[in-house]
Parts: sequence; C-alpha cells; structure tokens
Amino acid sequence: MSATTTHDEHHHDDHGPAKGIMRWITTTNHKDIGTLYLFFALAMLFVGGAMSLVIRAELFQPGLQFVQPGFFNQMTTMHALIMVFGMIMPAFVGFANWMVPMMIGAPDMALPRLNNWSFWILPFAGTMLLSTLFMEGGGPASGWTLYPPLVLQTGNALPFAIFSVHLLGISSIMGAINIIVTIMNMRAPGMSLLKMPLFVWTWLITAYLLIAVMPVLAGGVTMLLTDGFFGTSFFQAAGGGDPVLFQHIFWFFGHPEVYIIILPAFGIVSQIIPTFSRKPLFGHDSMVYATASIAFLSFIVWAHHMFTVGMPLAGQLFFMLSTMLIAVPTGVKVFNWTATMWRGSLSFETPMLFALAFLFLFTIGGFSGLMLAIAPADFQYHDSYFVVAHFHYVLVPGALFGAIAGAYFWLPKWTGHMYNETLGKVHFWLSAIFVNLTFFPQHFVGLAGMPRRIPDYATQFADFNAISSVGAFGFGFSQLLLVYIVIQCVRGGEKATAQVWEGADGLEWTVPSPAPYHTFEEAPTVR
Amino acid sequence: MSKKVRNHTITRVFLVLAGSLLAAGSANAAWELNMPVGVTDVSQKVFDLHMLIFWVCVVIAVGVFGAMIYCLVAFRKSKGAVPATFSHSTTAEIVWTIVPVLILVALAVPAAQTLVEIEDTRDTEMTVKITGYQWKWQYEYVGEDVSFYSNLAAGSNRTRQLRSGIDPFQEDNYLLDVDRPLVVPADTKIRYLITSNDVLHAWWMPDFAVKKDAIPGFINEGWFKVNKPGIYRGQCAELCGKDHGFMPVVVEVLPKEEFVAWLAAEQGGEALASATINQ
Repeated sequence: MSATTTHDEHHHDDHGPAKGIMRWITTTNHKDIGTLYLFFALAMLFVGGAMSLVIRAELFQPGLQFVQPGFFNQMTTMHALIMVFGMIMPAFVGFANWMVPMMIGAPDMALPRLNNWSFWILPFAGTMLLSTLFMEGGGPASGWTLYPPLVLQTGNALPFAIFSVHLLGISSIMGAINIIVTIMNMRAPGMSLLKMPLFVWTWLITAYLLIAVMPVLAGGVTMLLTDGFFGTSFFQAAGGGDPVLFQHIFWFFGHPEVYIIILPAFGIVSQIIPTFSRKPLFGHDSMVYATASIAFLSFIVWAHHMFTVGMPLAGQLFFMLSTMLIAVPTGVKVFNWTATMWRGSLSFETPMLFALAFLFLFTIGGFSGLMLAIAPADFQYHDSYFVVAHFHYVLVPGALFGAIAGAYFWLPKWTGHMYNETLGKVHFWLSAIFVNLTFFPQHFVGLAGMPRRIPDYATQFADFNAISSVGAFGFGFSQLLLVYIVIQCVRGGEKATAQVWEGADGLEWTVPSPAPYHTFEEAPTVR
Repeated sequence: MSKKVRNHTITRVFLVLAGSLLAAGSANAAWELNMPVGVTDVSQKVFDLHMLIFWVCVVIAVGVFGAMIYCLVAFRKSKGAVPATFSHSTTAEIVWTIVPVLILVALAVPAAQTLVEIEDTRDTEMTVKITGYQWKWQYEYVGEDVSFYSNLAAGSNRTRQLRSGIDPFQEDNYLLDVDRPLVVPADTKIRYLITSNDVLHAWWMPDFAVKKDAIPGFINEGWFKVNKPGIYRGQCAELCGKDHGFMPVVVEVLPKEEFVAWLAAEQGGEALASATINQ
C-alpha cells in the first residue's frame, strides 16, 4: 500500500477527527483505537483488582470472614481471566496500535476497519464474562485454567464463559494479523527488519505466537463445550478420553501465552532504558535473536505445568531440560539491558524508575521460575503459593510495570503535555514497595506448605498472609494515583516537545507532541 | 535516605533473609521461610536440590544486581557521567550465553538423578490405594481388606464455617486434622496408587516430598519410605471445588511392629462388624 499523499488526505487533516461518541465507535485511526484499548485495560485493572482485594481480604486472617468458598473460587477464576484477557493483553495491543505505525513510519495499521472491530469485541466479551457471576450456579470457579472434570460442574455460566473466551481470542488473532501485515508491508524505505526498534520486533514475534496458539485454546474450550453439552468424551475416561488431554491442549496455548504477555513489556523496557541511559541499546541484534529464541522455546516447555499428572520419566526429563534452557536467552536480555546502562549517563524520571523496577523484580521472578523448572523440586512447589509468587512477580512488577513505564514514557507524545513528575515518582515508590510487600511473603508460605486456590489456611501461615493482604490493599489503592495522573495529563500540563526526552531516538520522536491525528502520510526515509 | 545508603541496606536485608534460609523448614511453625527437610531420603534430596538451585540463584543475583546497582550509583548524569557510545560486543554475548548453559548443565545432573530415583517404583513392600473424593480421601490397604474414608476433623469443620465466630488459633492443627489418618509403617518402601472418584485432586505430603494428581478413570503410582515415626500433615493440591481447602492429608507413621498390630486390629474389627451386621 503506497503512502503517497493525495489531495483528499490533506483535506481530512484540516477537519481532524469526528466529534462525540460516534468518533470512538466508528474510528479506524490507530491512535484512537490505541487510546480505546488503553482506557479499557485501565478500567479492567480495577475490576480485576477489586476481585483480588476480595481474595486478599478473605486471606487476611485464618477462618472464613467474608465469602463462601464457592464464591471465593469464582473470584480467583475471574480475577485471572480479567487480568490476562481483559487487562494486560489489551494494554499491550493499545501500545502496539499507538506506537508501531509511528515507529516504522507508516500512516496507520494495514487493516484499519479490522482494527476497530478487534477492539469493540472486547467490551462485549468482557461484559459477557463478568455477567456469568450473576448466573445460576455462579461464574466459573475452576481456576482460569478451566480444567475438566471440575469445570463441567459450572452452572449456566459455562457456555457464556466459553463463548467470551472465543471472542477474546478472535480479537487477539485479528489484532495479531493486523500487526504482522503492517510490519511486513508498511515499513518506511530504508527500515530493514534489523533496523526496526525492539518494541516493533517484540510485537512482531508476539503476533506470530498469538496466531499459533489462540486457536489451540479455542479448540480446547470447544471440546469442553461438546463434552458438556453434546455427548463427547474428550476429557472423560468412561468414554475413552482423558482429563489430562485438556491440560496438554491448554498449556500448549498457556505457556506461549505468558510469553505473549511479557514480550511487549521487554520491548517497552528496551526503548526506555537506552533513552534514560543516553546510550544505544546494547546488543540490538542479539536482543532480537534472544526474543526469537524465547518464542521458539516457549512451544516446547508446556508440560512443566503438569509435572505431577503422572508423566513418564522421559517426558519429565525433556520438559525439565527445555524449561531450564529458556533461562539462557532470558538471561541474555537481562545482561544486555544492564550493559546498556553500563557507562551510560543515567537519569531517573518515572518511566526509567518503572523500567528499573521491572529489571530487578522480573529477574527475581525469573529465579523462582528456574527453581520451578527443576521437576523433583517442583513436586513440592506445584499448586502452592510458591507458584503464585513466581507468576505474580513476572506479571505485576514484570508485565504491568512494563506497561505503566510505557504509559509514562509515551503520555507526553500522545497528549502533548508532560505528566506531573512528582506524582509519578510517588506512584512509583508506593507501587514498588507495596508490590513486594504483597508477593514476596507468598514465596515463604508456599515453601512452608500452603496450597493455592484455598480461601482459608492453617494458622502457621497467618503472619505472612496478613502482610501480603496489607500489601495488596496498598498496591491496589496506589493505582488510583495513576488514574489521576493520566487524566490530569490528558487535560493539561507543561507543553511537551517533539523529542520529549533528551535521550529519545526513533521515528516516533520526530513528529510533534501531541502526535497529529495522521502521521507519516508521506513515508520518511530511514538512513 | 540517600540512594547509596538505601542500596546498601537493601543488600544487607537481602543477605539476612537469604542466610536465614540456610535453616530447614520445621513443621507447622509460624513465620516459616523454607521447605521442610522432611522424613524420607527423597525429601532430603529434594530439599538439597532446592537449596542448591536457590544458592546458585543468590550468587547470580548478587552479581547481576550488583552490576545494576553499580550503574545506578556510578553512571548518573547528575554526577556528570558522560555516556559511552559502544553498543555491542560479540565476545560478551558468547560468554554470557555459554556460561549460563554450563551452569544449567551442572544443575541438571543432580536434578535428573533425583527424578530417576523418585520414579523407581520397584521393590516396594506394600501398596496403599488413595482415592480422592469431593471432599475427602479414601484409603485402602490393597490385599488387606481394610479401607476407610478420611474427613476433615469435626473441630476444624465447625471452626471453618463462614463467620463461625470460633477462633482458629484455638483449634489444634486447624485444617490439618482428620478423623481417620492413613496409617503406615516406618522404614518400609510403600507403593501408593492414586485415583479419583469425581474431579481432579492431588495428594500432597510435604514431609515426604510426595505430590501426585488423582485423576478420575486413571491410576497414578508412586512410592515413599519414611525414616521416622510420627504424624505428618499435608493438603489437597489440585482445585477440586468449594471445599478444596478442607480435605487435608494426614499420615500416621508407626514403627513396624505397631503397624502390624494396628492392621490386625483393623481387620479383626471389620470382620467383627460385618459378622454383627449379618446376624
């Protein structure tokens, strides 16, 4: 698709976007759609967050004080489904929409109308999913992993939960197709693949992962539907099936899914650290190869989620070794980020603070991940709070902090205003302290023997659970500050320059702030 | 607090926490930081493996975090640092790829050895069959005509009801006590078979380093050999519905002779009970 300017496009520029609510419903503009995704994700952060506070309120003390165990299980299930499919994935798609076209010098995404539909499926699917909490039998209470046979004990909510998973998956697949087609076809002249910024690379690879594995999840939940309603026995021994088959199908999706979640965060951090170190990203090509290696390896490790199902020794050995291997390219990335800072000239604005916290705390999550990879040790960790601690470290101070860092980093470009730096720093310190208070003690109770997905626990786990709950409430309420900062920044603030940050480099920093509604209608030439 | 002092304090706190993990976990103590060493040879090996990986991670962390903290302190623009311009080093990439691979190979060897030992179910001396139910366990002594259910103890069950008003701290072994524990002999390699009557469950005994899924329609197999008589407590470890948190696992390990006597009494008692019913 050619990017030459025509008389009509100049004409549209003078009008700007449409007015009112119809602008947002019918927009095909990547910036508008990016904004929609980001605000949707911000709202879902509080919905999923509220559920986590129900969980942590109940777990504050031993004994059951607030909710019945069945409802507690609905909370743990929905908390995860909302955060994974309704918050973190849409957030990163929002970043992709805003930034990928500008970073490659393209005027928009390749398939703008598909882009609009990819977004608008989400509020519909999210509402359907949340509505299952009010259906007879309550929402799904099987954990977000939806294992049969338990999930088939869900009441009327089951088909609606499955349908919403299908819709959420379709949204992701369409978005991924859009991203790949855009990146492969619409790069400005001179931008070879290896010249692309890391954020574009990580999203290109993430998009391929999405297309590969979302259909597998769709297949798996469809088999749940037919087992539940159409007399099949995929997951029931009596009919010749096996509940463990579902686990294989789910985790074949599920493991690449966690890399789908983290790779965009890797990309954001790879943009931020060089900017505030005033030094180029160390080992750019190596970072690309490491990301690709992680993506490839992510397909052959899935059964490390299943070490206790009764797998033959050869299977356990294979999955243990392949899982340990993923530590290598991940470590390479951590070393390269550190080498970027080495002999740089560092400043500590809010995006850099969140990126640094990512570096430290994601690495801690990586260490607990390495421990989990060791199959015989995993027999003690599996389905305990040690696992909960691990994945919350990589998801919250990992992926979420990466997203928040990106928001602070690009808010001036999007809005034309600097956000309030003092408030940003307050938000950072509150978040960093409370996130550790919430999740670090969970390593201890997990090692000491506390299983996961329980609403009540033996009294020896009480002290660390109390600390964790205090941390959770602190962390949750601290995020209200982010909402205030974002809205304040949208409405006004110190005027931002085009480059915004002294060390910023890339095509996106050559357009004015706020970025005009249409950018790069004429392709730039990249040297 | 200046960044330097803060970073120094963080390092000290981290080392204290890490050092305290030298101590093995002791059962049922509050503020417990670590996994139990347990009472089987396998659990000792698993604990040692866990600590090995942990210390390797600590050493790597000290190196990596040390380098990061050094950057934050020494290369600040506010202190006049001028950025270098280098942006790659093939040598560095090769070194920090190969060295981690070598470390992983070193870790994989003891890990694989322990795994092979755990999976070796030959030469067992007796078999118990464990069946998971929503929400209790059933234990059967294969070939001995003894079987019974194991439910959450009545005291815990009363206390755990929503807003019961009863203080869990007054309940001994709250949520970790049953009406009838699994009773087994010490110093005996015991095979367990495990299945489920309904949904997935998992039988977890931390002191034996045993965790295995109970899958309806399938039978899983494992073993344990307990060195020390005593009462050991664990929980169900696979979400199985509303009372997943309320179906504990309790194993009472008796010296061999006492176990023989216990089993005989069970068999006698059951024969007597069925004789009474048939009258």
